[in-house]
Amino acid sequence: MRQFRTRLAATLAVAALVLAGCGGGDDDSGAAASGELKVFAAASLTAAFTEIGQQYTTANGGAKVTFNFAGSQALATQIQQGAPADVFASADLTNMDKVTDLVGTPRNFASNQLQIVVEQGNPRSVQGLDDLANPDLKVVLAAPDVPAGKYAAEALGKAGVTVEPVSEEDNVKAVVTKVSLGEADAGIVYVTDVTAGGDKVEGVDIPEDQNVLATYPIATVKASKAQDQAQAFMDLVLSAEGQQVLKDHGFLPPPTT
Amino acid sequence: MTATARRRRAAHATAPARNRVPAWFAVPAALAVGFLAVPLLGLLGRTPWGSMGAELTSPRVLEALRLSMVCSLGAVAVSVGLGVPLAFLLARVEFPGRNLVRALTTLPMVLPPVVGGVALLLAFGRRGLVGQWLDQWFGITLPFTTAGAILAEAFVAMPFLVITVEAGLRAMDRRFEDAAATLGAGRWTTLRRVTLPLIAPSLGAGIALCWARALGEFGATITFAGNLPGVTQTMPLAVYIALETDLEAAIALSLILLFISLAVLVALRDRWFPSA
Repeated sequence: MRQFRTRLAATLAVAALVLAGCGGGDDDSGAAASGELKVFAAASLTAAFTEIGQQYTTANGGAKVTFNFAGSQALATQIQQGAPADVFASADLTNMDKVTDLVGTPRNFASNQLQIVVEQGNPRSVQGLDDLANPDLKVVLAAPDVPAGKYAAEALGKAGVTVEPVSEEDNVKAVVTKVSLGEADAGIVYVTDVTAGGDKVEGVDIPEDQNVLATYPIATVKASKAQDQAQAFMDLVLSAEGQQVLKDHGFLPPPTT
Repeated sequence: MTATARRRRAAHATAPARNRVPAWFAVPAALAVGFLAVPLLGLLGRTPWGSMGAELTSPRVLEALRLSMVCSLGAVAVSVGLGVPLAFLLARVEFPGRNLVRALTTLPMVLPPVVGGVALLLAFGRRGLVGQWLDQWFGITLPFTTAGAILAEAFVAMPFLVITVEAGLRAMDRRFEDAAATLGAGRWTTLRRVTLPLIAPSLGAGIALCWARALGEFGATITFAGNLPGVTQTMPLAVYIALETDLEAAIALSLILLFISLAVLVALRDRWFPSA
């Protein structure tokens, strides 16, 4: 028994030394060394940014980009909690403001409008926001904290329509999914999500006076160890090439202010 | 020498044998304990104890708590009603394909819950295998309803009840049932008066496990039932959503779940940690 204890103590001491030795080396092996760029981007940017990511890889000799697509509010929280992001692209200014101390100067790179997403063929013949008040219609929205949910609430407010959604999804893509599966009859999403939703869904336009212009800002994250690469990615998004990709996916140019 | 003393001596004699574990095992073991315990300390360390009272009684927390109770107890009711008879069949009746049925029954325990949610949608959704008929014949649609949340939780939690009860049935001494039968008790009476009291500890443990699992269910619920406060937003969903905007509310909800889990552990301590 005593022998066991002695040996145990010795082993623990050695282990402590080994662990202490490891601690110092950690900082040198960050994201910069591996050359892998981590881009946190709003869910609505999934298709467009994936394509821009491929361009970045091609232009930079195979440099890797990994994306974390989610609701902007979730990404902002993750960055606040120290997630290893190099670039942050938000679907609204509010969530960029939330991390304002943690990022470089943001630049607006695109804007987006809302559309009503319905199943292909529009079986419930939804014509506009007014129709969504119908209690027989299963309407899914993004949660109020998700940019798309906040914009949808704004648009409904402008139209003076009260909607009781059957679910408040955590990101805008989940709204499209519920409609394309036929579980929900309608949802309010970005025009670009309807395009990305393929041929299972179609969009119903919302008139200008009820619609909302969503502004997308992008910024590099200060804590990133890959500042140069992060800046390069941001520049690519803002370049003519990147803007063309965004346009192809249905995004509008950023508002000129 | 008394019997107790002899036993004590015997235990002492075997003590060195029990210590034949490589000393360095203590290092990974200590890391494992730290790894499991530190996140809990993190949660407790960040808890805003001063405002906990207000957080715990805020409408969104109470709403989620109420809904979680309804859904988890509903899932337990479904699991007991369907799962206990299933456990009896698995334990007592030789039927073709029994092993296959058992494997199917336990599948949700290892299946990622989100996959379970997708499968539930394709089965019980409005366009699903069964769901389309429910909709057409009875006008019942399960997604986005509290019933749907109960179903999702039962899908994930029932296996815990079934395997626990089945194990209890296999371990019990069947001579008591034989004796009851010899004394003229019918099948139902034997079941009620002899078998159920004998497997009561297993049934209790199965219910506790099933309930705890149902209470913590996230993936299948958000996928199948969606997320709406008061209807399908159970506590784990509320934690997830709150985490993105209101960290303190998320921590308050997490603490409740942590204490319930601890209570379940304490309730089951004799079963899992028989005092040495």
